[in-house]
Amino acid sequence: MKPTEIAVPDYFHKVVDCQWACPAHTPVPEYIRLIAAQRYGDAYMINWQSNVFPGILGRTCDRPCEPACRRGRVEEEPVAICRLKRVAADYKGDITARLPGRATERNGKRIALVGAGPASLTVARDLLPEGYEVVVYDADRRAGGMIRSQIPHFRLPEQVIDEEVGYILAMGVTPRFGERIDSMKALLTEDYDAIFVGSGAPRGRDLELPGRHEAAANIHIGIDWLSSVSFGHIEKIGRRVVVLGGGNTAMDCCRTSRRLGGEQVTVVVRSGFEEMKASPWEKEDAMHEDIPILNFMVPKEFVHANCRLVGVLFEKVKAERDEKGRRNLVPTGEADQLIECDDVLVAVGQENAFPWIEQDIGIAFDKWGMPIVDKETMQSTNPKVFFGGDAAFGPKNIIWAVAHGHEAAISIDKFCKGEDIRDRPRPIVNLTSQKMGIHEWSYDNDIVNDQRYKVPLKDKAIALKDIRVEVELGFDDKLAFKEAERCLNCDVQTVFSEPLCIECDACVDICPMDCITFTANGEEEDLRRRLTAPALNLTQEIYVSAPLKTGRIMAKDEDVCLHCGLCAERCPTGAWDMQRFILDMAHVGSQVGLACQNR
Amino acid sequence: MTYLAKPTLHHPNLPTNKLGFTHRDYEGSVSTLCAGCGHDSISAAIIQACFELDLPPHRVAKLSGIGCSSKTPTYFLGASHGFNSVHGRMPSVLTGANLANRDLIYLGVSGDGDSASIGLGQFAHSLRRGVNMVYIVENNGVYGLTKGQFSATADKGSKSKRGILNSDEPIDMISMAMNLGASFVARSFSGDKKQLVPLIKAAIQHRGAAFIDCVSPCVAFNNHIGSTKSFDYVREHNDAVNFLDVISGREPITTDYEPGTIQSVRQHDGSTLRLHKLAADYDARDRIAAMNFLQERQAAGEVVTGLLYVDPEAGDLHAYLNTVETPLNELDAVLVPGKAALDKINAGLR
Ligand SMILES: Cc1cc2nc3c(=O)[nH]c(=O)nc-3n(C[C@H](O)[C@H](O)[C@H](O)COP(=O)(O)OP(=O)(O)OC[C@H]3O[C@@H](n4cnc5c(N)ncnc54)[C@H](O)[C@@H]3O)c2cc1C
Ligand SMILES: Cc1ncc(C[n+]2csc(CCOP(=O)(O)OP(=O)(O)O)c2C)c(N)n1
Ligand code: SF4
Ligand code: SF4
Ligand code: SF4
Ligand SMILES: [Mg+2]
Repeated sequence: MKPTEIAVPDYFHKVVDCQWACPAHTPVPEYIRLIAAQRYGDAYMINWQSNVFPGILGRTCDRPCEPACRRGRVEEEPVAICRLKRVAADYKGDITARLPGRATERNGKRIALVGAGPASLTVARDLLPEGYEVVVYDADRRAGGMIRSQIPHFRLPEQVIDEEVGYILAMGVTPRFGERIDSMKALLTEDYDAIFVGSGAPRGRDLELPGRHEAAANIHIGIDWLSSVSFGHIEKIGRRVVVLGGGNTAMDCCRTSRRLGGEQVTVVVRSGFEEMKASPWEKEDAMHEDIPILNFMVPKEFVHANCRLVGVLFEKVKAERDEKGRRNLVPTGEADQLIECDDVLVAVGQENAFPWIEQDIGIAFDKWGMPIVDKETMQSTNPKVFFGGDAAFGPKNIIWAVAHGHEAAISIDKFCKGEDIRDRPRPIVNLTSQKMGIHEWSYDNDIVNDQRYKVPLKDKAIALKDIRVEVELGFDDKLAFKEAERCLNCDVQTVFSEPLCIECDACVDICPMDCITFTANGEEEDLRRRLTAPALNLTQEIYVSAPLKTGRIMAKDEDVCLHCGLCAERCPTGAWDMQRFILDMAHVGSQVGLACQNR
Repeated sequence: MTYLAKPTLHHPNLPTNKLGFTHRDYEGSVSTLCAGCGHDSISAAIIQACFELDLPPHRVAKLSGIGCSSKTPTYFLGASHGFNSVHGRMPSVLTGANLANRDLIYLGVSGDGDSASIGLGQFAHSLRRGVNMVYIVENNGVYGLTKGQFSATADKGSKSKRGILNSDEPIDMISMAMNLGASFVARSFSGDKKQLVPLIKAAIQHRGAAFIDCVSPCVAFNNHIGSTKSFDYVREHNDAVNFLDVISGREPITTDYEPGTIQSVRQHDGSTLRLHKLAADYDARDRIAAMNFLQERQAAGEVVTGLLYVDPEAGDLHAYLNTVETPLNELDAVLVPGKAALDKINAGLR
């Protein structure tokens, strides 16, 4: 293999599994260390700079970082990254003085944002300090998008939304809330330098089955129903409820029902339990609230009598693979099952809808009715119009909406300045040695064996009585410290220097994970098999040195390295060093949230 | 050294041996030696050898004297028996222990100071008696623990860290061991585990006195230019006569080798040592020839390594003395009068 080019930012970035997996590339281990040091405000600001909604995300994020977390590869469970983020938000104190505030000078450019969800709000936050006039339209009266209209308050209290959305509004957004945009054509004729579409995926899929119309009064579309609950238009549901669907919306529907009078709430899913779209923790939360999840049952009919819903009839199926290896659901032949109920919530998916975007204004759509959007720049085929969030590539989640928002803001800024939007600013990368003394590092390199800590919950009886009572209590400072200590500091990198190595083997002998090998070079496939512990996880890189004095090379499997620094402590010559890798994603002007950098 | 204990987390796919242990189960507490010390690599090689041989740790007794090398038994086989004796006295304590209980595997770990200076007599007699043991000298040419004085194995003309030339003749422990009748004699290098691990395995399986002289650079006091026990010097002058595979049980030898390149030696326990010859005419079973070869090469400044001599039919001290097979602590009560009787005898001597 060729010697690894560690100067390429991606190399060490990939080693920080969580940061690499995060769409916004939040420097996770950095903020976790700050939490352990009780520097909650600093931890918050690092998050705020990167993901804009730490308090919201700390309760609701889809957390792609956690399945990626290295800890999950060396023991049972990953670090509770998401809930630690919430700790930073809960204990940060007043950070308003550290926020950018209103721009003192205007740059004369006007931008329209359609929708006030997380995607648009991110664009607003990134552009406002640069002096842009940012006009935000939303059909709803209050900003937040689905964060406000969909996510139930027992998962995300309204004050948290108000606070974090408020930080951005206070930076000088020109609000046009309660105004729906009905014509993009008309908007384009207004005096805007660029337009950002962050209108989400607002349409809930329906189920056209026999009985749908006759029993309509008691059949509700999940997302419409949830927003009516959020805005206080609906306060009750029947005693027996069936929820159709296995995604996030289904989970929120069933748990909300439990709080509005639903005593017997059942979730029924076509596919198997494992294949459900909802995250494992969402399923756990639902089951904790005594909601059974029934799998492999396909709805056939809304059974009704005298224009009233009686229940839902299901066909039982099983999964089978056909000759081509595709998975199909085929009937088991068992008798159909009727589940009696008073109300049905249909949560079988969300769709985009752009009835307000005309076909003749240069915005091209594909055959599925989705706008053609550049994945890197977020620009549509009309150079002035940018998309982001669920509106761009279909329903995803908040953190993706934020990531899109950052990229779109960079593009809009460049576009308004007449620059090439393909010329993307690079992230700032930095490596600094953490050595303080022979056995002293400026990070805590002792590895704890603690298993993942559970977030304490509100007593179930109390939680189920009131839809506004937050279920999760969050970690207190002590639990937060313990959980933070589980983090392996993957951003503190093992950096190898060939000329210093005397090939004494000390690092090989001490490494608790058998990561390091000195051996003859070879092709990657062959080398991976010859290492002290064969490197079978192909998603993880092998760090390879140039030839050493004996002609051998050093090969380190990054896969399960604990970043414990013992190799560097045992190295007599300092050929190994532990260096903190900082990667700051480029944002517009790259000055947002500067305060947290001066340390 | 490090102040931290080595994390107990380990690689998820670590192989296990017949006893279900991973190599991590053969570790001891974390080393307090200087970072990079050759002795730590020898400890790692011992760990690997015991793991590969499926040894139950509680069947091993590790004994040592004084010195950095003699500290190392703490850093491997944490679940084995151990005895840290006074300076140079490991061989006698080992001999005594072995006579009392021949069922254990005896691993004597010593240094060049411990064995070639203060313990030279003990070293000699344990070998000539044929005590069934593995005797490893971790040879760095200095007294590491007392800050780097030349030891008796330092070569004449080699230079100390402070620039002083050694004017004394060196003791060559390998030649002595052969002279004294050790039935397994090998030399290796801490920086070459490929060679060292099989040697330790073979030595453990050998019946009789097995001696390994393992050159082990002292990074703190003897790893500079002018030293003949430095990583660089040993690597440059390493003249390996063979390397070996240890084949446990009666696995068939399947691979074909050029005639004359392989020497197979069957040990008394049924294992086979397959010696891959690097020096074509070297016969590890011919003691006189081996001694001649060694003298020649050493005179030319080479560090000869490999399995230099082995007598697979050798006997051991128990055979010579015709002792009882049962360990003394398991003999009838008549022969083991117990603690009360011992206390009485001791009291009579006060
Ligand atoms: C029930 C449910 C639960 C969810 N839970 C989570 C969760 O726990 N974690 C997570 O990460 N994600 C969750 N999501 C997904 C998440 O809410 C969305 O992915 C995210 O809000 C998308 O953000 P966005 O900025 O693209 O648009 P949205 O948040 O959808 O905001 C779009 C806004 O645009 C407005 N709008 C639309 N069209 C127009 C128009 N023509 N004129 C004016 N205004 C318009 C809408 O009123 C809306 O306010 C959930 C979704 C649902 C349905
Ligand atoms: C009776 C006695 N004499 C002298 C000493 C001092 N002393 C301690 S270690 C040592 C030499 C150890 O050298 P070596 O066996 O080569 O071990 P190394 O530290 O080099 O591994 C000496 C002389 C002692 N501890 N006891
Ligand atoms: S930091 Fe070094 S010693 Fe620790 S696990 Fe990683 S490679 Fe091994
Ligand atoms: S401990 Fe240091 S000098 Fe020794 S082999 Fe490892 S990197 Fe090289
Ligand atoms: S002084 Fe020398 S022999 Fe002793 S621990 Fe340090 S390097 Fe090893
Ligand atoms: Mg010594």
